[in-house]
Amino acid sequence: MSEHSTAEHTHAAHATTMTYLVVAAILTVITVVEVGVFYMPAMKPVLAPVLLVLSSTKFALVVGFYMHLRYDHNLFRAVFALPLLIAAAVIVGLLFLFRVF
Amino acid sequence: MSQAAAAHYTSTGLDSRKIAFWTFIGSECLLFGSLIATYLVYEGRSVSGPTTHDILNIPLTSFSTFDLLMSSLAMVLALAAVQRGDRVKARVALGVTALLGSVFLGLQAYEFTHFVREGLGFTTNLFGSTFFTLTGFHGAHVFVGVVWLTTLLVRSFQGKLGPEKALNVEIAGLYWHFVDVVWIVIFTVVYLIQTTPIAGT
Amino acid sequence: MGTTTIPHTETTAPVAPTGVWSWITTTDHKRIGVLYGVTAFIFFLLGGFEALIIRLQLGSPNNTLVSAEVYNQLFTMHGTTMVFLAIMPLSAAFFNFIIPLQIGARDVAFPRLNAFSYWVFLLAGLFINFSFVAGPLFGANGLSVAPNGGWFGYANLTSVQYSPGPNIDFWVLGLQILGIASLAAGFNFITTIINLRAPGMKLMRMPVFTWMSFVTQFLIITAFPVITIGLVFLLFDRVFGTTFYNVAAGGDVLLWQHLFWLFGHPEVYILILPAMGIVSEVLPTFSHKPLFGYAVVVYSGVLIGVVGWGVWAHHMFATGLGPIADSVFSASTMLIAVPTGVKIFNWIATMWGGRLEFKTAMLFAVGFVSMFIIGGLSGVMHASPPADLQQTDTYFVVAHFHYVLFGGAILGLFAGMYYWWPKVFGRRLREGLGKTHFWLLLIGMNLTFFPMHFSGLLGMPRRIYTYGADLGLNTFNLISTIGAVVTAVALLVFVYNIWASRHDRETEANPWNAATLEWSVSSPPPVYNFAVIPTVQSRLPLWVADGVTPATQPSVPPAPIHVPGGSHWPPLTAVGILIMGVGALLHHAFLPSLITALFGLAVTVVSIYRWAFEPFEV
Repeated sequence: MSEHSTAEHTHAAHATTMTYLVVAAILTVITVVEVGVFYMPAMKPVLAPVLLVLSSTKFALVVGFYMHLRYDHNLFRAVFALPLLIAAAVIVGLLFLFRVF
Repeated sequence: MSQAAAAHYTSTGLDSRKIAFWTFIGSECLLFGSLIATYLVYEGRSVSGPTTHDILNIPLTSFSTFDLLMSSLAMVLALAAVQRGDRVKARVALGVTALLGSVFLGLQAYEFTHFVREGLGFTTNLFGSTFFTLTGFHGAHVFVGVVWLTTLLVRSFQGKLGPEKALNVEIAGLYWHFVDVVWIVIFTVVYLIQTTPIAGT
Repeated sequence: MGTTTIPHTETTAPVAPTGVWSWITTTDHKRIGVLYGVTAFIFFLLGGFEALIIRLQLGSPNNTLVSAEVYNQLFTMHGTTMVFLAIMPLSAAFFNFIIPLQIGARDVAFPRLNAFSYWVFLLAGLFINFSFVAGPLFGANGLSVAPNGGWFGYANLTSVQYSPGPNIDFWVLGLQILGIASLAAGFNFITTIINLRAPGMKLMRMPVFTWMSFVTQFLIITAFPVITIGLVFLLFDRVFGTTFYNVAAGGDVLLWQHLFWLFGHPEVYILILPAMGIVSEVLPTFSHKPLFGYAVVVYSGVLIGVVGWGVWAHHMFATGLGPIADSVFSASTMLIAVPTGVKIFNWIATMWGGRLEFKTAMLFAVGFVSMFIIGGLSGVMHASPPADLQQTDTYFVVAHFHYVLFGGAILGLFAGMYYWWPKVFGRRLREGLGKTHFWLLLIGMNLTFFPMHFSGLLGMPRRIYTYGADLGLNTFNLISTIGAVVTAVALLVFVYNIWASRHDRETEANPWNAATLEWSVSSPPPVYNFAVIPTVQSRLPLWVADGVTPATQPSVPPAPIHVPGGSHWPPLTAVGILIMGVGALLHHAFLPSLITALFGLAVTVVSIYRWAFEPFEV
């Protein structure tokens, strides 16, 4: 294996300022939709799943584009994903154990 | 391998500080995960005192959410500016990020004092304890972030935040975006999904 | 300026500085390892002394050596000390000294953060033990305010209502501060192992000790945040009056148990995996045969870490979880026995057909395997909820965890001490005394804990300070107490071994003819570890024909090596954190508490800034 420097690898694909602005616009739109859904009585039965999907999208956008995870080395994805999965499992497990479901 | 190269050799070609910071973010997932799990598990179990429906202000917090999302935009633009060596834009963007973060904190301070006046304190009931602890921990993280960003801004004015220091800004950015992402979860789970317990369980 | 650097000339290599200040400001992983080892061993002896008093009290029925109040403090401090101040830091001593050498690095990724972890650990350990004499400061007698709620501090015994004194405050704050040390070290070692391996040292070529430590660090950074939150809730309940564990307000005391064991079960794997790693080094060396099934042993370790996150409620089978939860956790607990068993078979297969050399380290490693099997068997018995309903909260559980923690972790750590002692200190411990130490310890340990299987099944509860004379428990307890005395003698033999061997002849780089990179440098290593960073081509670099040998490490490095000097900001930051803890401890006196806490915060923040901006090059 050849020597590596500590400098970041340059990527072929890279987010541009336009990417960031588009992401910001999408995040705003999703937030407006979320609040809208909250206020619509007709959406009440599906409020939770719809909001979870919408907020997960926002989560993924910020993590992927602003935190650059989409373009970065796999290692960072792994180091983030494992604890995130454990945290999600802990939340779900406790919800079951405390009979919230 | 020469000794000079050996001094900076890494197995992955990646900067150790970035790796370490992502592991820190991983641990923060568990920190906030435990707080969120507790909030959810205790939701609806308060014996007395105001709860979600009575007191949460959705319009105000929707604006806070938007404010924090825009601060993430400013942060990422700040990083790009530092990487380019654009000192002016970097300072503006860092300043805007810190400012938007401070606005978030101000709104949160307003919300907290309003709640206390409405009869929901830290110790009033389960909702008070879980809500203030969860959002308080998040707010404390935002505060630390604002201090961090202000420090970077001062360094920039001292001429010490050139492109060679971009990683410092990147790591501050990772922290800031993660704090934003935690708020996305809190906004959804605390403010928008106000569940009540299913009768009989 | 907070740093110094070590000069290098063309004809001499850098040498470590001397003097107390150089130790206080050290950032050298080898020195930090020694500091951890010495400090942890002293705490281990303290915890052992607490155990000895416990056993003397229980040696006969209706005994009056100590009161119930003192007894509660003794078993709480014994457990807390052994888990957090002895076993974890003894493992950390090995992480620190050995991992960079095993992966071919000159130090860890963040040397100052490494020093910080040690100082935080030391100060937290002193803080929590200060409680033994702090009674008069709180208007109470001596020996009355040490933590007394058990090492797992169940709510709501730990509430202000049922524990009004400062005992639990000492416990909560001490553990919170210790958590900071462990987390910082976790980020440090994960980064080190990922990023500072020598060329050719692929992950699947790393020594098993480094691998098991790697898994351990992931467990630390994921499990400690959970107990941090649980402790925050307890602290807030006690100091501010929040309602997290307040049943009258709708809270659930089981929340504490869940949060504690969500941490607590990964914690026991944190305690055992490093020792398993040590044993995986010692057995091949003294069998003169490579580890059998390296890949499987590594994957099993990873699997234990992952599945270990899914078994926590097996500590709660008696709390009314319901049949579904009971079944799920019973299944996952039985499942985790599989990778553990796999490792045991691989260790045995390593020895099978090998040319066995029973040096003391080897004796301890074999002792680990056999004692851990016994502990594992009682553990699997706990995995069945109906069976556990009889066993839980009895001495049967005490037997189980002492077989895995004493017979397992401690014997494994002693194996590591005898194995790596020459590398660290440059001379070997004496074999005759070592064998005496081993056999006395093995006999003492079994005498102490084997009878507890029987007294437990006969119904002797845990955490009682005495028992009646007609319950059939007298003989078992007497034998246990005799065993405790034998154990104490064994430990004295070890201490004597250290003292007696201190002027013995110096040893060579590779006295055991072992295979891994740490044996390619002198004993002790030079301050810069490797004169030339090796290129690795196999898992056993010192055993392959064209591999690394001590001869490939010249005594004077061919080119200048930068060795970072010390820094006083890490210990100062630790002091700031301690002052904040003291401030929180005084929460009954509002103004002194606030001033102290704010002063501590100021010291911490200033130290962090100075640390961040001082010139320091690794």
